[in-house]
Amino acid sequence: MMQIFGDFIDNLPPSHEYLMIGFSPSSVPLKQRWRNNGLSADFLADYLTTFFPGGNESRDGYDAKAEVKSAVSFIANELLENAMKFNDEASHKPVSISLHLNSERLVFLVTNSINPQSVGKFQTFIEELTTSDPNELYIRHLEKNAEDENVNQSGLGFLTMIVDYQAKLGWKFESIHQEPEIIAVTTMVQLTV
Amino acid sequence: MEIKSEDYNIWYDPLTTTVNCEGSLRLSGMEEYAPIVELLNAVAEKEQSQITLNLKGLAFLNSSGINVISKFVIEVRKKGNTQMLVQGSKSIPWQGKSLKNLQKLMPSLKLEIE
Repeated sequence: MMQIFGDFIDNLPPSHEYLMIGFSPSSVPLKQRWRNNGLSADFLADYLTTFFPGGNESRDGYDAKAEVKSAVSFIANELLENAMKFNDEASHKPVSISLHLNSERLVFLVTNSINPQSVGKFQTFIEELTTSDPNELYIRHLEKNAEDENVNQSGLGFLTMIVDYQAKLGWKFESIHQEPEIIAVTTMVQLTV
Repeated sequence: MEIKSEDYNIWYDPLTTTVNCEGSLRLSGMEEYAPIVELLNAVAEKEQSQITLNLKGLAFLNSSGINVISKFVIEVRKKGNTQMLVQGSKSIPWQGKSLKNLQKLMPSLKLEIE
């Protein structure tokens, strides 16, 4: 089984530069590993800035290099937070994140396994995300979350990437094992730079 | 009122009716953000004529944190009589991208990014 949603390029052309980080399954509770998400995201962002012409402030005072670094740090952190939260620990499969550099864009790929029971709910959310006006959906989510004391999944990560960073998102679901069933989901984020 | 950790510091200054946030806020969800939500709710409850949210030292905020800040703005908006000022920094790029959304939640909110 393979299913694709949104803007997903299945055969991504090879890039000259890419960086990949893998996280092996661990017995350490997620709470204790949580800071690794931010550290890894900041590392990816720092690494990337080597390839961008440095520190030139444009006329309106914004620094293009700092903008890209901040965007990569935000997006990579959100992708890792999601991957770690939804990863199916029982699958014993690693979580990976890779960042690919092409001439005009950055492509993030994050793969994690997902509990087969959770696939339907996630795909319903993706449907909503890909068929609604993102700006309107973003505000609706914030208003709804403010009313609901018990909401623990803010659902805002993907929306923020689309609304604030004009990123393109896509997903691939693949069945990688039968009995027990293991489903891998790869999230692709394309960012124009 | 103050909440301090290795990564962040949040405190309310009653003299200037300002909530200051500094550091990096990347907590793992609403449960972990609960003490911060509580502090912000307590500030909103005071129904001051003016509240300032100073984010000039907040280098990172994840989407759960954006949710928390937005919830605070909505709480203040509900009070009806409070003017809100949000201060950010041009040298922290996420602020220029994400803070303007707060004005969609509360059109009277003033945003200063310097």
